[in-house]
Amino acid sequence: MSLNTTSAVGTETLIDWYRRMQLIRHVEDRLGAASKTGELPGPVHLSIGQEAIAVAVGACMRPGDWATSTHRGHGHYLGLGGDPNLLVAEIYGRATGACGGKGGSMHVADISRGILGANGIVGAGIGLATGAALTAKQRKAGNIAIAFFGDGGANEGIFFEAMNLSALWSLPLIFVCENNGWSEFVSTASITVGSIAERSAAFGIPHSEVDGNDVLAAHDAVSSAAARARAGNGPTLLEMMTYRTRGHVESEQTFLPGPYRPPEELAMWQKRDPIDRLHAVLRENGVEESALNAIVEEVITVTNAAFQFAIDSPLPEPEAALRDVFAGERN
Amino acid sequence: MARMRMTQAINQALHEEMARDERVILFGEDVRISIFADTRGLAEEFGSDRVLDTPLSEALLAGMTVGAAATGLRPIFHLMFGNFFYTAWDAIANQAAKFRYMTGGQVTMPLVFMAVFGGGRSQGAQHSDTMHSMLVNLGGLKVVTPATPADAKGLMKAAIRDDNPVVFLQSAGRGGDLGEVPDGDWIVPLGQADVKRQGEDVTVIAIGAMVRLAMRAADVLAKDGVGVEVIDPRTLRPLDTDTILRSVRKTGRVVVVDEGRLSCGMASEIAAIVAEHEFESLKAPVRRVAAADVPIPFSPPLEREVLPSEDRVVSAIRSTLTKR
Repeated sequence: MSLNTTSAVGTETLIDWYRRMQLIRHVEDRLGAASKTGELPGPVHLSIGQEAIAVAVGACMRPGDWATSTHRGHGHYLGLGGDPNLLVAEIYGRATGACGGKGGSMHVADISRGILGANGIVGAGIGLATGAALTAKQRKAGNIAIAFFGDGGANEGIFFEAMNLSALWSLPLIFVCENNGWSEFVSTASITVGSIAERSAAFGIPHSEVDGNDVLAAHDAVSSAAARARAGNGPTLLEMMTYRTRGHVESEQTFLPGPYRPPEELAMWQKRDPIDRLHAVLRENGVEESALNAIVEEVITVTNAAFQFAIDSPLPEPEAALRDVFAGERN
Repeated sequence: MARMRMTQAINQALHEEMARDERVILFGEDVRISIFADTRGLAEEFGSDRVLDTPLSEALLAGMTVGAAATGLRPIFHLMFGNFFYTAWDAIANQAAKFRYMTGGQVTMPLVFMAVFGGGRSQGAQHSDTMHSMLVNLGGLKVVTPATPADAKGLMKAAIRDDNPVVFLQSAGRGGDLGEVPDGDWIVPLGQADVKRQGEDVTVIAIGAMVRLAMRAADVLAKDGVGVEVIDPRTLRPLDTDTILRSVRKTGRVVVVDEGRLSCGMASEIAAIVAEHEFESLKAPVRRVAAADVPIPFSPPLEREVLPSEDRVVSAIRSTLTKR
């Protein structure tokens, strides 16, 4: 971790990031448990181990900015300031959820905060974010758009189309590739040639490969890319190296023939856990263990409240299924 | 009122709406040169910030249309040929048609996808499809298919002003059709069919370029004293079933003419609606005249074999008069 950056960011901000990362971790832990007990109507894809990236991006966003997310999007939603009550209620399929129960885990969105939605189609958020970047460019208010996608999404054609057009039009866009090493149940290395970051070289787009489990490094990278985009200098590609310490989908043990990842790989990444690393930085900066414990207690309270809110909330009225197709009409 | 071609009417609508609302932008391949001439002159008037020639990246551009609409612009993406929808299919089917719904109504999606559709000009199988039934079937798109220059102008203006995703499909080969077009703010509301010709004996519901075939067939049958009512739905979703069913109650005989393939097509949908709601009114089985269930071939005699023709419409109408 770069201590120079630490001093530039400030301890209060770091504590806020720590709180957000812990919130993502705790909410997703509970979601994983709820999935296994059958409480959730559908699948959940957890981002445990990847929290630093979502929080770093959230810290660089301003009102009027937009971000598109992925099927592994709970962390993005919370990292960008989304309400945990609305998130959990949505994943429980409740009427009070962020999308009234019409979206679910893979489609959580909070348009009022610029969260243009998780997306069940790998790579598709890149197209939406590029469109949002076009809006931002037209409006000339210094806003930007961010496309989260994974190493899997980096192999979709839309990624290459978007690099070409966003560079050509100097769109205020940041490509944030979260490379967690696995495309579902296949290692990225076995289906991907070369460096994802370096793919941008052919388009003249600046890129960097970033330690995505270091929230400070991630913040530095996003912050520079955001400044570049806001100044009208076009897109940047950031390849955030990270790891999901949970499976592709929480239910995977019910249908997979056996383990698919080497246990030593998981152990190695668990030693690089982004929350543990930020914890160490905060301790080095003189923050007391008791203060950090208090934050965790606070996060547990918020998490419990979110799950209680979801469980206590009503299911949608069936007739609601026929609403919200078209604006200005019941359907 | 001025006499103009359908592409000129579309062009006029685009000019007027871009002048009216600066959030309206247009992009696509060759929109500046404009091979159909429907977008010609817009870049000169509104500048290259609002009228953008793009690379061939339909998947991205359709996704961008959704993203730009969700964030406050009113984008129009010209895909050129309807078959290119398939290249952009994810963004159309998974994003545009679902995005508002999946977010529980958090966003409005004021966007237009425009393209020409249909065969008859030896464009080959990959430039001649009629895909409107697939678009309607997605459940979250409005679909319009004008058959006259006046309708083209009025429907395009309505499509641009609508806060929802609208697919504007212009019949290939009919862009040069001439007709009187009202000046200024001429709007054809989405969801209103037009009775193109009144008649007492048989209702013919025809879509897009098929309206002209139906009108010619009606002329032929008029010589035999058969009154054919021709209904142009103009928009396929929302579909004006009231106007269709009212005519069916009057005539009791129905032919649906569509350039889409027979199976699971729009003709089948309309026939089913008629059967469900007006079975008691029917004096003869509903007949469908549609494209054969094969790709659209290249060579003219082959293509004529596959597509609906005036003769087929005439004989379908006659069959409703003889069968009971």
